[in-house]
Amino acid sequence: MGKPTKVLNSIRALRFAHGEMTQAELAAEVGVTRQTIIAIEQGRYSPSLEMAFEIARVFNVTLDEVFQYPAEA
Amino acid sequence: MSNEEKGAWVYLVVVLGTYGAYLAVILGRAGGVPLARVAYVAPMLWIIGISIVLTTVGRVVVEIAKPSGDRRSDVRDKDVHRFGGYVGGMVLAVAMAVPFGLAMAKADPFWIANAMYAAFVVWALASTLGRLVAYRRGL
Repeated sequence: MGKPTKVLNSIRALRFAHGEMTQAELAAEVGVTRQTIIAIEQGRYSPSLEMAFEIARVFNVTLDEVFQYPAEA
Repeated sequence: MSNEEKGAWVYLVVVLGTYGAYLAVILGRAGGVPLARVAYVAPMLWIIGISIVLTTVGRVVVEIAKPSGDRRSDVRDKDVHRFGGYVGGMVLAVAMAVPFGLAMAKADPFWIANAMYAAFVVWALASTLGRLVAYRRGL
């Protein structure tokens, strides 16, 4: 079974670029559990648009710097 | 593993264990007597009560043995719960056709009650497995 979402993300890279922020710290900033951040990073859960904006706001970047939706090949 | 996922595992084990115990009691009481004549009401009510208590106690015990970093449930838990409810609801709609048919055929109350109990067990298993698959493989 493949990943349930085609949405890619750069959360892991952004966390490391932001002082090696931990998943727990990001989860606390966004108001979700660490397991949810893990699931999003691994492409096992697509966050709501609102949560996606909250994640982007934590890193002070735009939404498409965090999430990408590549065109079909 | 999140607190909610642990709870789903506990519920799965409790449902399987208590239903297995119920079947063992009923079949043990039968002993050559037709099943429809076995006194099933008290064991069924006891098992339902015990399963409720075991689910609560089991969650506490698991939490003590393996504490979750975060006990809150969040939006993903709600989405997973909704998915499990959707899967379980579809299964229950089909499973309830059996006791419905038995009632229309004027079957013995033993079979109607046990078919209803089995339908609810199947619903509990389907919704819990749906939740666990969603937690493990994603939504």
